[in-house]
Amino acid sequence: MAILFALLIGVLTTAGVYLSLRAQTFPVVMGLTLLSYAVNLFLFGTGRMASNAAAVIEPHATYTDPLPQALVLTAIVIAFAMTAFVIVLALKTRAELGSDHVDGASDAPTHPAEPHKKPTC
Amino acid sequence: MALQWLALPVFLPILSAIALIALHRSGIRIQRIISGASMSILLICVAYLLASGFGDNPQVYPMGDWPAPFGIVWVYDRLSGLMLLLTALLAVVSFLYAIATDEDKKGAHFHALFQAQLFGLNGAFLTGDVFNLFVFFEVLLLASYGLMLHGGGAARSRAGLHYMVINLIGSTIFLFAVGALYGVLGTLNLADLAVKIGQAPTSTYGLIAAASFLLFVVFAIKAAAFPLYLWLPGTYSETSAPVAALFAIMTKVGLYAMLRVHGTLFNEHTAPTNLINLIDPWMLLLGLLTLIMATLGVLAAVNVRRQVAYLVLASVGTLMIALGINTANALTGGLYYWIHTTLLTAGFFLLADQIVRTRGDQIGETHPPMPQAILAGSLFMVYAIGLAGLPPLTGFFGKTLILFAALASPLWVPIYAAILISSVLMVIALARSGSALFYRVEHAPVPNPPTPTLINTPLSWVAVALPVSLAIGMVIASKPITQWLDDTSNQIRDTPRYIQRVLHPEQTEPATGFAPHPMHGIEVSP
Repeated sequence: MAILFALLIGVLTTAGVYLSLRAQTFPVVMGLTLLSYAVNLFLFGTGRMASNAAAVIEPHATYTDPLPQALVLTAIVIAFAMTAFVIVLALKTRAELGSDHVDGASDAPTHPAEPHKKPTC
Repeated sequence: MALQWLALPVFLPILSAIALIALHRSGIRIQRIISGASMSILLICVAYLLASGFGDNPQVYPMGDWPAPFGIVWVYDRLSGLMLLLTALLAVVSFLYAIATDEDKKGAHFHALFQAQLFGLNGAFLTGDVFNLFVFFEVLLLASYGLMLHGGGAARSRAGLHYMVINLIGSTIFLFAVGALYGVLGTLNLADLAVKIGQAPTSTYGLIAAASFLLFVVFAIKAAAFPLYLWLPGTYSETSAPVAALFAIMTKVGLYAMLRVHGTLFNEHTAPTNLINLIDPWMLLLGLLTLIMATLGVLAAVNVRRQVAYLVLASVGTLMIALGINTANALTGGLYYWIHTTLLTAGFFLLADQIVRTRGDQIGETHPPMPQAILAGSLFMVYAIGLAGLPPLTGFFGKTLILFAALASPLWVPIYAAILISSVLMVIALARSGSALFYRVEHAPVPNPPTPTLINTPLSWVAVALPVSLAIGMVIASKPITQWLDDTSNQIRDTPRYIQRVLHPEQTEPATGFAPHPMHGIEVSP
């Protein structure tokens, strides 16, 4: 289970990093969201995984540390608020700059460049 | 003094923010009165806390009376007290300028956001817990996004988006680092972390170091250190002037967190030998690079506000050099420079805004002579002297103290070269922009003269002159201030006492060895 969990976090982080490096605001927001999912799972995992076991009962029982779950809860709330804010800001920049490029550039650089035409003379 | 008073610097701003949101329909006048009253009480309170010597021994306030490793503690020592006082001073200056220029009327919730920003800053300076530090970072960032965008405009929105995205990535990295530290050591209290790192098995050093470097990256984003500074010039030059002045403390939050977290975790008393002063070489190196890049930016800037933004960056570089040398003397010099640069860059942002309002933003263009040019020009000269580090103002003393301390470092040659050459180049750049701004004027009547939007009001001049008069006071009182800062830097480096005050408040003397206690997930050999 631990390997599957680690792979999941890794895939989410990879996708998040890739998307946040894109030039349009929508993929960037998606990337930030995926990154926050990855980090929430990571925090969850730091409490160690014990499936089919009791919560804290006796000193030597196998159990999952409950504190990271509280940390995750805080992180989720904060990430939720931040995502909402960044979406609104992205829409505002889209409206004000007339383009969803993160630098407000026109659409030209985001399309694959047209093959260079030879001068006809 | 009752420990509960420590809650005041944190709860007063958030209570006034709530009151301001509730009263946001009752007009700007009421909002200004509430905000100003709350800020004055805050300033008096933190100034009294600092002057009374309350923080001479670190004071620990356990929230809800839960003892240290389990509950969240607030720790007030001299460094926290100094940061609280600086924040309150900047807040008052920015507030005065905002009401003098009616900048707070351009949007609905300026004062509420301003108070929320103070809530986050004060909380970050007082907390003794890494996760709580994360939460207060988020609070201050969320408020700063709102403040940064206050007033609107396309360029501001674009810079705000950049600022927000990089800080969101920083928050994610912060959480990864916190999770890794908790997973290895089972605690997030700073003092307890320092103890447990000393007891951790060798096999966990790699993880601890990785988590600490992740934290360093996060704090470097906040502080705008070398590869991660590109958000700063845009953000600071596009936002409104009072906000930029308040943001002068924001880069210092990152530096404060490096000093507090890494200084406590990897001190020479409790950390294992391999990990002592883990990030100091990196801080020194990145500080040098930041200073070089910032100086090039100051030289290349074509408008006034961007030039001031690069001056903020240069001060971050110099401070990182001082913190990276990490001797008591370097820390004293660094803290002196810290106070100086926070106050003066804030004031310089306000002055730049006054120049932009009456003259125009581009340094290279010629304009008709600006009104009040003598007043503005004189203040510009004083600020330029202070920030470039010429005598007799505080920048000179700060840099001299840092340079004296740098003699102890093996890298003293590059440090001397970087600080001295950058000072010369900054003098040249500021002299050039000063002469272009104030001397290169058109006397011939231009066909369509740009009428100045407004003449700057006396109150705004008070706000601009306040930081520089504080700096002059710092020069006059430099001996008592440096002595006080000497004791402060000794206190910062005395981690065993910090640990004893947090974890064993019943003892009077700092213990030398700390009893090992079981670590979560790891078997500790007895």
